[in-house]
Amino acid sequence: MDQDLKTELSKHGIFATTFEELYNWGRKNSVWPLTFGLACCAIEMIATTMARYDLARFGAEVFRPSPRQADLMIVSGTVTKKMAPQVVRLYNQMPEPKYVIAMGACAISGGPFRDGYNVLKGIDRYIPVDVHIPGCPPRPEALIHAFMALQDKISAQHLTGESRPRHLKAELPSEFPVPDFGEHGLEPAQNDEIFHNPLKVLQG
Amino acid sequence: MGKSLPIAPVEHPWATIVALLVAAFVFGGIPLSLAWVWARLFSPPKPGVQKNAIYECGLEAKGDAWIQLNVSYYLYAIVFLIFDVEAVFLLPFAAAYSGLSLGACLAMLVFLLLLVEGLIWASQKGVLTWGS
Repeated sequence: MDQDLKTELSKHGIFATTFEELYNWGRKNSVWPLTFGLACCAIEMIATTMARYDLARFGAEVFRPSPRQADLMIVSGTVTKKMAPQVVRLYNQMPEPKYVIAMGACAISGGPFRDGYNVLKGIDRYIPVDVHIPGCPPRPEALIHAFMALQDKISAQHLTGESRPRHLKAELPSEFPVPDFGEHGLEPAQNDEIFHNPLKVLQG
Repeated sequence: MGKSLPIAPVEHPWATIVALLVAAFVFGGIPLSLAWVWARLFSPPKPGVQKNAIYECGLEAKGDAWIQLNVSYYLYAIVFLIFDVEAVFLLPFAAAYSGLSLGACLAMLVFLLLLVEGLIWASQKGVLTWGS
């Protein structure tokens, strides 16, 4: 249906919609995050859920204590190499559809600890990240912005066709390989199927 | 009076309850079946080894979830309960301590003595040591 016609109809109190829109509208307004925090960003995440910033306005205040009930993983803080296997395993244990917000400099790139020996250089090396938030730590507004970006992403997803998201494609797996915490860091160092080193991409 | 009066159908006393019960099942069943049909049509199931594994906060589960606790633990629970109650009594005792008469103070000390005596008795019975 034409968007202009829809707007015109809604002015007369007639709301036209599709199954897809209705479904996505319901989905995007009840994204339940998984309860876990890794570092100082978690404090900002907690503040976001409290009365002042009130993530409940977006339907996401129900932080679930079990990955079985969660749709969203907010990787809030430094992912150490010792913690990374657990984070990936938690992601694997979440049911589809699942989304990931990488919150803060550490979660997206390793941040100030990037050159350290024990910090993962971004969780997107092992799991697909939907929204990256820079900042050290990002303010609650930034998390809310990221959340709204995720909502936009969800509402734009198609139920059918080639462009449908991965959770609707039966051939794509729901689990990602969990790295081993070996003697010299994580093995493998990244999941090459989902992570493309930006330096190597630039070099061609 | 040629026509007889219309006879009201005799309703079974449980008819309303049965109707409500059916309505309740239908009311609950419709969304569930819709969700099931929707999942069948659009959302492919993707089980996996890790997805179905025991949730241990992200760690790999070690051992069995069906472990047994020694039954003698109940004695610890009882002794703990006694001293838990004692703490409840000690709090008002401490708060009112400066205004208490000698008799009340002695009564409290007797109460404490009884509990300590109980502990010594339990200890002598060998309750506080784990048996194999």
